[in-house]
Amino acid sequence: MKRAILAIVGTVAGLVLLLSFKTHSASSSGTAAGTGTTGSGGDSAAPAPSAGTTGTGKTATSTTRTVTGSTIDTRWGPVQVRVTLKSGKITKVETVQVPDGNPRDREINTFAVPQLNQETLSAQSAQIDTVSGATYTSEGYIQSLQSALDKAGK
Amino acid sequence: MTAQRHAEPCMGTVFSFDLREPYPRAGVLDEVIAWLHWVDATFSTYRPDSDVSRLARGEVDVGDCAPEVGEVLALCERLGDATRGCFSAYADGTLDPSGVVKGWAIERAGGMLRAAGSLNHHVNGGGDIQLAGGPEPGRPWRVGIAHPLRPGTVATVVAGRDMAVATSGTAERGAHIIDPRTGRPADGLAGVTVVGPSLTLADAYATAAFVMGEDARDWIDALPGYEAYGIELDGRTWATAGLRSDDPGQPSARSGRSTMSTRSAMEAATRCGRNG
Repeated sequence: MKRAILAIVGTVAGLVLLLSFKTHSASSSGTAAGTGTTGSGGDSAAPAPSAGTTGTGKTATSTTRTVTGSTIDTRWGPVQVRVTLKSGKITKVETVQVPDGNPRDREINTFAVPQLNQETLSAQSAQIDTVSGATYTSEGYIQSLQSALDKAGK
Repeated sequence: MTAQRHAEPCMGTVFSFDLREPYPRAGVLDEVIAWLHWVDATFSTYRPDSDVSRLARGEVDVGDCAPEVGEVLALCERLGDATRGCFSAYADGTLDPSGVVKGWAIERAGGMLRAAGSLNHHVNGGGDIQLAGGPEPGRPWRVGIAHPLRPGTVATVVAGRDMAVATSGTAERGAHIIDPRTGRPADGLAGVTVVGPSLTLADAYATAAFVMGEDARDWIDALPGYEAYGIELDGRTWATAGLRSDDPGQPSARSGRSTMSTRSAMEAATRCGRNG
């Protein structure tokens, strides 16, 4: 099961194009990782040779547990998710609450929530750290998920 | 890889913090959260007792408000000039500096964390993000850009260190960004993401770029230090020259500097995404 999810994730991750932003004008580096540093913050991190897109090799116990995130009030109503983690990895995301006050909400959520679930499963492999431009419901989704992960200590 | 995480509801959205080692001194996160709530209480247009609401009703002058209000209003004025009038604190006719306040507050929050010793973190307030350092040694932060036309999917991923990322776009219930030049909702693009060093500016530039529509790409291209990724109403995408396309299948992406190949690659990715 876990193997199958990872295979799907690999496919999805392969379709998403990676853009890299360098705070300095283009350097001679041709790797996929942006390693430019700014001087202002006293950042002393060493430039990296490359960016891996493989798993990070987390160590974790091989237990399955379920954690419910906080209820997040979005502009359109409350959103709450529950995650299942196996060996510290997300294997399932369920929606406990989504706004469904009108037909448009239901239409959005019927479409968006399964996509978000897939995205969450994808993101942990594609190493997406955060999301910009989320719409209101997905903001709530992401934040409830974040709180569930916080509780899980992930 | 351990991390300190926190999610804080504020300003009608949620702010999330993700701090990696070295961690800042104890207590600074509480100060940052208090700062964000103070900004909300001072600048909110939803709270009748905020400085901004009282100023908008003409009950007080700028001089009676917190000094930060004057600072933000002066910033809005400069941004109006810098964006050819596409950004305004009076887009809707009444005072509403919200278009810059969130980005400005988050950038300050990032600065507080840095000053307290946090070199690797990100602060995300409702999709506007200020990042410092990276999530772990040797890896840049990777920011998924939510697809405005296909909710819940990621249109692209922007990787980088020490950058700010802001996105403007059509919300779930349609356009909500007013073009100050016409007083009507802007409808030239589905979404635009601006990347650069300062979230205050990236946030305002993203709003202005969304209003600008088809002229946004050339405008951002001419701004030093700032780049943009746009999604047009028909789903086609573009990126300014400084956002280098790095196809995961081709780690050496020198050719990514070519605008044409960047566009083709992204359109291919869009098509694949549709089929998948």
